Amino acid sequence: MTQPARHAAMLSISNSGSNLAAAAEKQQPAQHLHTQSQSSQGLRVPSNRKTIYDRHLNRSRNAELSRASFAFLFAEMVTYAQRRVTGIQDLEKRLNEQGYPLGLRLLDLLFYRTMSSSTSSSLSSSSTSASPPNRPLRILPLLHLIHGPLWRLLFNRPADALEHSVSPETPNEYMITDNDPLVNTYISVPKEMSMLNCAAFVAGIIEGVCDGCGFEAKVTAHNQPTEMWPGRTIFLLRFGESVMEREKVLERAGVK
Amino acid sequence: MSYYFTILSPTDVPLFNIAFGTSKSGGDGIARFRFPDTAQYMNQFIIHSSLDVVEEAQWMNGNMYLKHIDTYPPASAYISAFLTPSGARFLLLHQPPQLPTNNVSSATAGSGSILGSSFSGSGGSSSRASASSVAANPTSPQTEEAVRQFMTEVYENYVKTVMSPFYRQGMEIKSSVFRGKVTAAGRKWL
Repeated sequence: MTQPARHAAMLSISNSGSNLAAAAEKQQPAQHLHTQSQSSQGLRVPSNRKTIYDRHLNRSRNAELSRASFAFLFAEMVTYAQRRVTGIQDLEKRLNEQGYPLGLRLLDLLFYRTMSSSTSSSLSSSSTSASPPNRPLRILPLLHLIHGPLWRLLFNRPADALEHSVSPETPNEYMITDNDPLVNTYISVPKEMSMLNCAAFVAGIIEGVCDGCGFEAKVTAHNQPTEMWPGRTIFLLRFGESVMEREKVLERAGVK
Repeated sequence: MSYYFTILSPTDVPLFNIAFGTSKSGGDGIARFRFPDTAQYMNQFIIHSSLDVVEEAQWMNGNMYLKHIDTYPPASAYISAFLTPSGARFLLLHQPPQLPTNNVSSATAGSGSILGSSFSGSGGSSSRASASSVAANPTSPQTEEAVRQFMTEVYENYVKTVMSPFYRQGMEIKSSVFRGKVTAAGRKWL
Protein backbone atom coordinates (compact mmCIF):
# COMPACT_ATOMS: atom_id res chain seq x y z
CA MET A 1 0.00 0.00 0.00
CA THR A 2 1.07 3.51 -0.63
CA GLN A 3 -0.18 4.91 2.63
CA PRO A 4 2.91 6.20 4.38
CA ALA A 5 4.08 8.22 1.42
CA ARG A 6 0.68 9.67 0.88
CA HIS A 7 0.34 10.71 4.45
CA ALA A 8 3.66 12.41 4.40
CA ALA A 9 2.77 14.32 1.31
CA MET A 10 -0.53 15.27 2.77
CA LEU A 11 0.54 16.90 5.97
CA SER A 12 0.25 20.40 4.70
CA ILE A 13 -3.25 20.15 3.41
CA SER A 14 -4.88 17.50 5.52
CA ASN A 15 -6.12 20.08 7.93
CA SER A 16 -8.47 21.63 5.47
CA GLY A 17 -9.79 18.24 4.48
CA SER A 18 -10.39 17.08 7.96
CA ASN A 19 -11.92 20.33 9.03
CA LEU A 20 -14.61 19.53 6.59
CA ALA A 21 -15.04 16.23 8.37
CA ALA A 22 -15.61 18.14 11.55
CA ALA A 23 -18.06 20.46 9.93
CA ALA A 24 -19.86 17.63 8.24
CA GLU A 25 -20.25 15.88 11.54
CA LYS A 26 -21.34 19.02 13.30
CA GLN A 27 -18.78 18.80 16.00
CA GLN A 28 -18.23 21.90 17.99
CA PRO A 29 -14.81 23.48 18.24
CA ALA A 30 -14.90 22.69 21.93
CA GLN A 31 -13.18 19.38 21.33
CA HIS A 32 -10.13 21.12 19.93
CA LEU A 33 -9.22 22.44 23.33
CA HIS A 34 -8.85 18.97 24.61
CA THR A 35 -6.63 17.64 21.85
CA GLN A 36 -4.36 20.60 21.86
CA SER A 37 -3.77 20.66 25.55
CA GLN A 38 -3.12 17.01 26.17
CA SER A 39 0.62 17.39 26.12
CA SER A 40 0.56 19.95 28.87
CA GLN A 41 0.34 18.68 32.44
CA GLY A 42 -3.20 19.55 33.36
CA LEU A 43 -5.90 18.30 31.05
CA ARG A 44 -8.07 21.15 29.91
CA VAL A 45 -11.60 20.18 29.11
CA PRO A 46 -14.29 22.36 27.56
CA SER A 47 -16.44 24.38 29.90
CA ASN A 48 -19.36 21.98 29.59
CA ARG A 49 -17.02 19.14 30.68
CA LYS A 50 -17.74 17.22 27.50
CA THR A 51 -14.80 15.89 25.54
CA ILE A 52 -15.21 14.19 22.17
CA TYR A 53 -15.32 10.92 24.05
CA ASP A 54 -18.49 11.96 25.82
CA ARG A 55 -20.33 12.73 22.63
CA HIS A 56 -22.16 10.04 20.79
CA LEU A 57 -21.34 9.24 17.20
CA ASN A 58 -24.75 8.59 15.82
CA ARG A 59 -26.36 11.11 13.62
CA SER A 60 -29.13 12.88 15.42
CA ARG A 61 -32.15 14.02 13.54
CA ASN A 62 -31.43 17.73 13.48
CA ALA A 63 -27.70 17.47 12.99
CA GLU A 64 -27.74 17.81 9.23
CA LEU A 65 -25.56 20.44 7.72
CA SER A 66 -27.19 23.05 5.54
CA ARG A 67 -26.42 22.72 1.88
CA ALA A 68 -25.55 26.39 1.62
CA SER A 69 -22.78 26.20 4.18
CA PHE A 70 -21.44 23.05 2.60
CA ALA A 71 -21.42 24.71 -0.82
CA PHE A 72 -19.61 27.69 0.63
CA LEU A 73 -17.03 25.57 2.41
CA PHE A 74 -16.44 23.41 -0.61
CA ALA A 75 -16.05 26.43 -2.90
CA GLU A 76 -13.42 27.72 -0.48
CA MET A 77 -11.66 24.38 -0.57
CA VAL A 78 -11.54 24.44 -4.35
CA THR A 79 -10.20 27.97 -4.29
CA TYR A 80 -7.61 26.97 -1.74
CA ALA A 81 -6.53 24.01 -3.80
CA GLN A 82 -6.36 26.15 -6.90
CA ARG A 83 -3.97 28.64 -5.41
CA ARG A 84 -0.65 27.02 -6.15
CA VAL A 85 -1.36 24.53 -8.88
CA THR A 86 0.19 24.16 -12.30
CA GLY A 87 -2.74 22.64 -14.14
CA ILE A 88 -6.05 20.89 -14.00
CA GLN A 89 -4.51 17.54 -13.18
CA ASP A 90 -2.61 19.06 -10.32
CA LEU A 91 -5.76 20.70 -9.01
CA GLU A 92 -7.68 17.45 -9.19
CA LYS A 93 -4.87 15.70 -7.39
CA ARG A 94 -5.06 18.21 -4.58
CA LEU A 95 -8.81 17.83 -4.26
CA ASN A 96 -8.29 14.10 -4.22
CA GLU A 97 -5.78 14.42 -1.40
CA GLN A 98 -8.22 16.51 0.59
CA GLY A 99 -10.81 13.80 0.35
CA TYR A 100 -8.50 10.90 1.09
CA PRO A 101 -8.21 11.26 4.90
CA LEU A 102 -11.94 11.77 5.02
CA GLY A 103 -12.47 8.39 3.41
CA LEU A 104 -10.35 6.67 6.03
CA ARG A 105 -12.43 8.21 8.81
CA LEU A 106 -15.79 7.68 7.21
CA LEU A 107 -15.02 4.00 6.87
CA ASP A 108 -14.67 3.55 10.61
CA LEU A 109 -17.64 5.77 11.30
CA LEU A 110 -19.81 3.92 8.81
CA PHE A 111 -19.07 0.57 10.42
CA TYR A 112 -19.58 1.94 13.87
CA ARG A 113 -22.98 3.31 12.96
CA THR A 114 -24.12 0.15 11.24
CA MET A 115 -22.90 -1.83 14.18
CA SER A 116 -24.61 0.26 16.83
CA SER A 117 -27.87 0.44 14.93
CA SER A 118 -27.93 -3.33 14.57
CA THR A 119 -27.36 -3.86 18.28
CA SER A 120 -29.82 -1.26 19.42
CA SER A 121 -32.55 -2.75 17.28
CA SER A 122 -32.26 -6.07 19.03
CA LEU A 123 -32.08 -4.29 22.39
CA SER A 124 -30.22 -7.06 24.13
CA SER A 125 -26.84 -6.63 25.65
CA SER A 126 -25.89 -10.24 25.07
CA SER A 127 -26.46 -9.59 21.35
CA THR A 128 -25.44 -12.93 19.97
CA SER A 129 -28.11 -12.43 17.35
CA ALA A 130 -27.01 -9.00 16.20
CA SER A 131 -24.21 -9.59 13.74
CA PRO A 132 -21.95 -6.66 13.06
CA PRO A 133 -21.28 -5.94 9.40
CA ASN A 134 -18.45 -7.80 7.77
CA ARG A 135 -15.32 -6.17 6.49
CA PRO A 136 -15.23 -6.37 2.70
CA LEU A 137 -12.75 -9.00 1.58
CA ARG A 138 -13.47 -9.03 -2.13
CA ILE A 139 -13.84 -6.21 -4.62
CA LEU A 140 -17.54 -6.61 -5.16
CA PRO A 141 -18.65 -6.25 -1.52
CA LEU A 142 -16.37 -3.23 -1.28
CA LEU A 143 -18.00 -1.63 -4.31
CA HIS A 144 -21.44 -2.33 -2.92
CA LEU A 145 -20.35 -0.72 0.34
CA ILE A 146 -19.31 2.41 -1.53
CA HIS A 147 -22.28 2.43 -3.87
CA GLY A 148 -24.83 1.96 -1.09
CA PRO A 149 -24.00 2.75 2.54
CA LEU A 150 -21.18 5.23 1.91
CA TRP A 151 -23.19 7.20 -0.63
CA ARG A 152 -26.17 7.23 1.71
CA LEU A 153 -23.98 8.47 4.54
CA LEU A 154 -22.60 11.28 2.41
CA PHE A 155 -25.48 12.23 0.14
CA ASN A 156 -28.54 10.51 1.56
CA ARG A 157 -29.08 8.35 -1.52
CA PRO A 158 -27.28 5.48 -3.22
CA ALA A 159 -25.11 6.10 -6.26
CA ASP A 160 -26.77 5.68 -9.63
CA ALA A 161 -24.81 2.91 -11.26
CA LEU A 162 -22.03 0.45 -10.69
CA GLU A 163 -20.27 -1.08 -13.68
CA HIS A 164 -17.34 -3.28 -14.48
CA SER A 165 -15.07 -2.49 -17.40
CA VAL A 166 -16.04 -4.53 -20.45
CA SER A 167 -12.58 -4.39 -21.95
CA PRO A 168 -10.64 -7.61 -21.31
CA GLU A 169 -7.43 -5.61 -21.05
CA THR A 170 -8.56 -3.73 -17.98
CA PRO A 171 -10.31 -6.17 -15.66
CA ASN A 172 -9.20 -4.04 -12.72
CA GLU A 173 -11.39 -1.07 -13.67
CA TYR A 174 -14.76 -0.40 -12.14
CA MET A 175 -17.05 2.56 -12.54
CA ILE A 176 -19.46 4.20 -10.14
CA THR A 177 -21.82 6.73 -11.67
CA ASP A 178 -23.46 9.67 -10.01
CA ASN A 179 -25.98 11.48 -12.22
CA ASP A 180 -25.90 14.70 -10.29
CA PRO A 181 -23.08 14.93 -7.73
CA LEU A 182 -23.86 17.18 -4.81
CA VAL A 183 -20.36 18.63 -4.77
CA ASN A 184 -20.72 19.95 -8.32
CA THR A 185 -24.17 21.46 -7.89
CA TYR A 186 -22.88 24.95 -7.18
CA ILE A 187 -19.65 24.81 -9.11
CA SER A 188 -19.55 26.33 -12.55
CA VAL A 189 -16.43 25.35 -14.39
CA PRO A 190 -15.01 27.93 -16.82
CA LYS A 191 -14.89 26.92 -20.49
CA GLU A 192 -11.12 26.74 -20.72
CA MET A 193 -11.09 24.26 -17.84
CA SER A 194 -13.80 22.01 -19.19
CA MET A 195 -11.82 18.92 -18.25
CA LEU A 196 -11.99 19.78 -14.58
CA ASN A 197 -14.34 17.89 -12.35
CA CYS A 198 -14.39 18.95 -8.72
CA ALA A 199 -15.87 15.61 -7.76
CA ALA A 200 -12.21 14.63 -7.62
CA PHE A 201 -12.75 15.36 -3.95
CA VAL A 202 -15.31 12.57 -3.75
CA ALA A 203 -12.92 10.38 -5.74
CA GLY A 204 -10.41 11.01 -2.97
CA ILE A 205 -12.94 9.89 -0.38
CA ILE A 206 -13.54 6.69 -2.35
CA GLU A 207 -9.82 6.15 -2.62
CA GLY A 208 -9.47 6.54 1.13
CA VAL A 209 -12.19 3.97 1.72
CA CYS A 210 -10.58 1.49 -0.70
CA ASP A 211 -7.12 1.98 0.76
CA GLY A 212 -8.45 1.70 4.30
CA CYS A 213 -10.01 -1.65 3.52
CA GLY A 214 -6.72 -2.83 2.06
CA PHE A 215 -7.62 -2.39 -1.59
CA GLU A 216 -4.96 -0.27 -3.16
CA ALA A 217 -6.70 1.80 -5.82
CA LYS A 218 -6.51 4.93 -7.90
CA VAL A 219 -9.81 6.73 -8.24
CA THR A 220 -10.52 9.54 -10.70
CA ALA A 221 -13.62 11.54 -11.56
CA HIS A 222 -14.65 12.13 -15.16
CA ASN A 223 -17.38 14.17 -16.82
CA GLN A 224 -19.80 12.08 -18.84
CA PRO A 225 -22.71 14.40 -19.57
CA THR A 226 -25.89 13.04 -21.10
CA GLU A 227 -28.84 15.03 -22.34
CA MET A 228 -30.81 14.35 -19.24
CA TRP A 229 -27.94 14.67 -16.79
CA PRO A 230 -25.50 17.39 -17.80
CA GLY A 231 -23.51 16.93 -14.60
CA ARG A 232 -23.17 13.16 -14.78
CA THR A 233 -19.89 12.05 -13.27
CA ILE A 234 -18.16 8.71 -13.49
CA PHE A 235 -15.78 7.63 -10.80
CA LEU A 236 -13.23 5.31 -12.29
CA LEU A 237 -11.65 2.90 -9.81
CA ARG A 238 -8.44 1.23 -10.90
CA PHE A 239 -7.35 -1.44 -8.47
CA GLY A 240 -3.69 -2.25 -8.10
CA GLU A 241 -1.91 -5.37 -9.25
CA SER A 242 -1.67 -6.77 -5.70
CA VAL A 243 -5.41 -6.48 -5.20
CA MET A 244 -6.15 -8.39 -8.39
CA GLU A 245 -3.73 -11.11 -7.40
CA ARG A 246 -5.29 -11.48 -3.98
CA GLU A 247 -8.70 -11.48 -5.59
CA LYS A 248 -7.72 -14.58 -7.57
CA VAL A 249 -6.35 -16.33 -4.50
CA LEU A 250 -9.46 -15.55 -2.49
CA GLU A 251 -11.69 -16.71 -5.30
CA ARG A 252 -9.93 -20.05 -5.35
CA ALA A 253 -10.23 -20.27 -1.58
CA GLY A 254 -13.95 -19.65 -1.89
CA VAL A 255 -14.00 -16.49 0.20
CA LYS A 256 -16.99 -14.32 -0.53
CA MET B 1 -6.13 -12.72 34.99
CA SER B 2 -3.73 -10.16 33.60
CA TYR B 3 -4.24 -8.31 30.36
CA TYR B 4 -2.06 -6.48 27.91
CA PHE B 5 -3.91 -4.53 25.25
CA THR B 6 -2.40 -2.84 22.24
CA ILE B 7 -3.56 -1.01 19.11
CA LEU B 8 -1.47 -1.26 15.97
CA SER B 9 -1.84 0.84 12.87
CA PRO B 10 -2.22 -0.81 9.44
CA THR B 11 1.49 -0.28 8.97
CA ASP B 12 2.32 -1.98 12.28
CA VAL B 13 3.05 1.16 14.26
CA PRO B 14 2.00 0.76 17.91
CA LEU B 15 -0.56 3.46 18.63
CA PHE B 16 -1.59 2.64 22.14
CA ASN B 17 -0.90 0.05 24.81
CA ILE B 18 -2.00 -0.60 28.32
CA ALA B 19 -1.57 -3.36 30.90
CA PHE B 20 -4.21 -4.07 33.46
CA GLY B 21 -5.55 -6.85 35.63
CA THR B 22 -9.01 -8.22 36.14
CA SER B 23 -11.45 -6.42 38.37
CA LYS B 24 -13.84 -9.35 38.46
CA SER B 25 -13.92 -11.97 41.19
CA GLY B 26 -12.40 -9.63 43.70
CA GLY B 27 -9.45 -8.67 41.49
CA ASP B 28 -7.82 -5.36 42.19
CA GLY B 29 -7.23 -4.37 38.56
CA ILE B 30 -3.47 -4.64 38.75
CA ALA B 31 -1.65 -6.70 36.15
CA ARG B 32 0.46 -9.56 37.48
CA PHE B 33 2.20 -11.19 34.57
CA ARG B 34 4.25 -14.32 34.84
CA PHE B 35 7.36 -12.54 33.79
CA PRO B 36 9.44 -10.62 36.25
CA ASP B 37 9.02 -6.89 36.10
CA THR B 38 12.26 -6.60 34.21
CA ALA B 39 10.95 -8.75 31.37
CA GLN B 40 7.68 -7.03 30.55
CA TYR B 41 8.82 -6.70 26.95
CA MET B 42 7.88 -10.37 26.64
CA ASN B 43 4.25 -9.30 26.43
CA GLN B 44 4.99 -7.09 23.46
CA PHE B 45 7.08 -9.80 21.93
CA ILE B 46 4.32 -12.40 22.21
CA ILE B 47 1.54 -10.08 21.13
CA HIS B 48 3.39 -8.83 18.08
CA SER B 49 4.37 -12.30 17.03
CA SER B 50 0.68 -13.08 16.64
CA LEU B 51 0.44 -10.53 13.84
CA ASP B 52 1.30 -13.22 11.32
CA VAL B 53 -1.76 -15.17 12.37
CA VAL B 54 -3.89 -12.04 12.24
CA GLU B 55 -2.81 -11.25 8.73
CA GLU B 56 -3.63 -14.76 7.64
CA ALA B 57 -7.03 -14.73 9.27
CA GLN B 58 -7.77 -11.22 8.05
CA TRP B 59 -8.65 -12.28 4.51
CA MET B 60 -10.39 -15.50 5.36
CA ASN B 61 -12.88 -14.08 7.81
CA GLY B 62 -14.79 -10.89 7.33
CA ASN B 63 -15.75 -10.42 10.96
CA MET B 64 -14.32 -7.53 12.86
CA TYR B 65 -13.79 -9.59 15.98
CA LEU B 66 -11.53 -12.50 15.09
CA LYS B 67 -11.85 -14.15 18.52
CA HIS B 68 -9.01 -15.99 20.16
CA ILE B 69 -6.42 -16.42 17.43
CA ASP B 70 -3.14 -17.36 19.00
CA THR B 71 -1.73 -19.04 22.08
CA TYR B 72 1.76 -18.99 23.46
CA PRO B 73 1.80 -22.04 25.75
CA PRO B 74 5.10 -21.44 27.63
CA ALA B 75 3.58 -18.33 29.19
CA SER B 76 -0.01 -19.55 28.79
CA ALA B 77 -0.72 -16.31 27.00
CA TYR B 78 -3.88 -16.13 24.91
CA ILE B 79 -4.32 -13.53 22.23
CA SER B 80 -7.59 -12.18 20.87
CA ALA B 81 -7.80 -9.85 17.91
CA PHE B 82 -10.20 -7.27 16.59
CA LEU B 83 -9.83 -5.57 13.23
CA THR B 84 -11.27 -2.21 12.38
CA PRO B 85 -12.44 -1.80 8.79
CA SER B 86 -9.71 0.75 8.18
CA GLY B 87 -7.05 -1.78 9.06
CA ALA B 88 -6.07 -0.95 12.65
CA ARG B 89 -5.51 -4.01 14.81
CA PHE B 90 -6.64 -4.32 18.42
CA LEU B 91 -4.79 -7.12 20.17
CA LEU B 92 -5.48 -8.34 23.67
CA LEU B 93 -3.16 -10.70 25.47
CA HIS B 94 -4.70 -12.44 28.42
CA GLN B 95 -2.91 -14.57 30.90
CA PRO B 96 -4.59 -16.51 33.69
CA PRO B 97 -2.94 -16.12 37.08
CA GLN B 98 -0.36 -18.61 38.16
CA LEU B 99 -1.52 -20.67 41.09
CA PRO B 100 -0.24 -23.78 42.84
CA THR B 101 -1.03 -26.90 40.83
CA ASN B 102 -3.21 -28.48 43.48
CA ASN B 103 -5.63 -25.69 42.88
CA VAL B 104 -6.68 -26.80 39.40
CA SER B 105 -10.43 -26.69 39.21
CA SER B 106 -12.53 -28.68 36.82
CA ALA B 107 -12.68 -26.81 33.57
CA THR B 108 -16.19 -25.68 32.85
CA ALA B 109 -16.19 -25.68 29.07
CA GLY B 110 -13.91 -28.67 28.78
CA SER B 111 -11.00 -27.08 27.04
CA GLY B 112 -9.01 -30.17 27.94
CA SER B 113 -5.85 -28.18 28.27
CA ILE B 114 -3.89 -28.10 31.47
CA LEU B 115 -3.32 -24.47 30.78
CA GLY B 116 -6.98 -23.83 30.38
CA SER B 117 -8.00 -23.24 33.89
CA SER B 118 -6.22 -22.78 37.13
CA PHE B 119 -8.35 -20.40 38.98
CA SER B 120 -10.19 -21.23 42.14
CA GLY B 121 -13.65 -19.77 42.04
CA SER B 122 -13.40 -17.07 44.61
CA GLY B 123 -15.79 -14.77 42.82
CA GLY B 124 -18.76 -14.88 45.10
CA SER B 125 -18.99 -11.14 45.17
CA SER B 126 -19.28 -10.57 41.43
CA SER B 127 -22.72 -9.88 40.15
CA ARG B 128 -22.42 -10.96 36.51
CA ALA B 129 -22.84 -14.58 35.63
CA SER B 130 -20.21 -14.35 32.94
CA ALA B 131 -17.76 -12.56 35.16
CA SER B 132 -16.47 -15.49 37.11
CA SER B 133 -15.94 -17.61 34.01
CA VAL B 134 -13.99 -14.87 32.29
CA ALA B 135 -11.23 -15.36 34.77
CA ALA B 136 -11.64 -19.10 34.94
CA ASN B 137 -11.17 -20.13 31.34
CA PRO B 138 -9.54 -18.04 28.63
CA THR B 139 -11.12 -19.94 25.74
CA SER B 140 -14.66 -20.33 27.00
CA PRO B 141 -17.54 -18.70 25.08
CA GLN B 142 -18.15 -16.40 28.03
CA THR B 143 -14.62 -15.08 27.78
CA GLU B 144 -14.97 -14.62 24.04
CA GLU B 145 -18.14 -12.66 24.61
CA ALA B 146 -16.59 -10.51 27.32
CA VAL B 147 -13.58 -9.76 25.14
CA ARG B 148 -15.88 -8.94 22.24
CA GLN B 149 -17.79 -6.46 24.40
CA PHE B 150 -14.54 -4.95 25.55
CA MET B 151 -13.26 -4.63 21.98
CA THR B 152 -16.51 -3.09 20.81
CA GLU B 153 -16.38 -0.49 23.52
CA VAL B 154 -12.76 0.35 22.71
CA TYR B 155 -13.71 0.55 19.05
CA GLU B 156 -16.32 3.16 19.81
CA ASN B 157 -13.73 5.30 21.55
CA TYR B 158 -11.24 4.65 18.78
CA VAL B 159 -13.71 5.93 16.19
CA LYS B 160 -14.15 9.07 18.27
CA THR B 161 -10.40 9.54 18.30
CA VAL B 162 -10.17 9.02 14.56
CA MET B 163 -12.95 11.49 13.88
CA SER B 164 -11.03 14.25 15.59
CA PRO B 165 -9.76 16.67 12.96
CA PHE B 166 -6.42 16.80 14.72
CA TYR B 167 -5.84 13.11 14.41
CA ARG B 168 -4.23 11.52 11.38
CA GLN B 169 -4.10 7.83 10.73
CA GLY B 170 -0.98 6.33 12.24
CA MET B 171 -0.58 8.87 15.03
CA GLU B 172 -0.03 7.64 18.55
CA ILE B 173 -3.10 8.01 20.75
CA LYS B 174 -1.96 10.02 23.74
CA SER B 175 -5.27 11.20 25.11
CA SER B 176 -5.61 10.47 28.79
CA VAL B 177 -9.37 10.46 28.37
CA PHE B 178 -9.01 7.63 25.88
CA ARG B 179 -6.81 5.73 28.30
CA GLY B 180 -9.38 6.27 31.01
CA LYS B 181 -12.13 4.97 28.77
CA VAL B 182 -10.16 1.84 27.91
CA THR B 183 -9.44 1.24 31.58
CA ALA B 184 -13.11 1.63 32.36
CA ALA B 185 -14.03 -0.82 29.59
CA GLY B 186 -11.53 -3.29 31.02
CA ARG B 187 -13.03 -2.92 34.47
CA LYS B 188 -16.50 -3.37 33.10
CA TRP B 189 -16.02 -6.45 30.94
CA LEU B 190 -12.82 -8.24 31.86
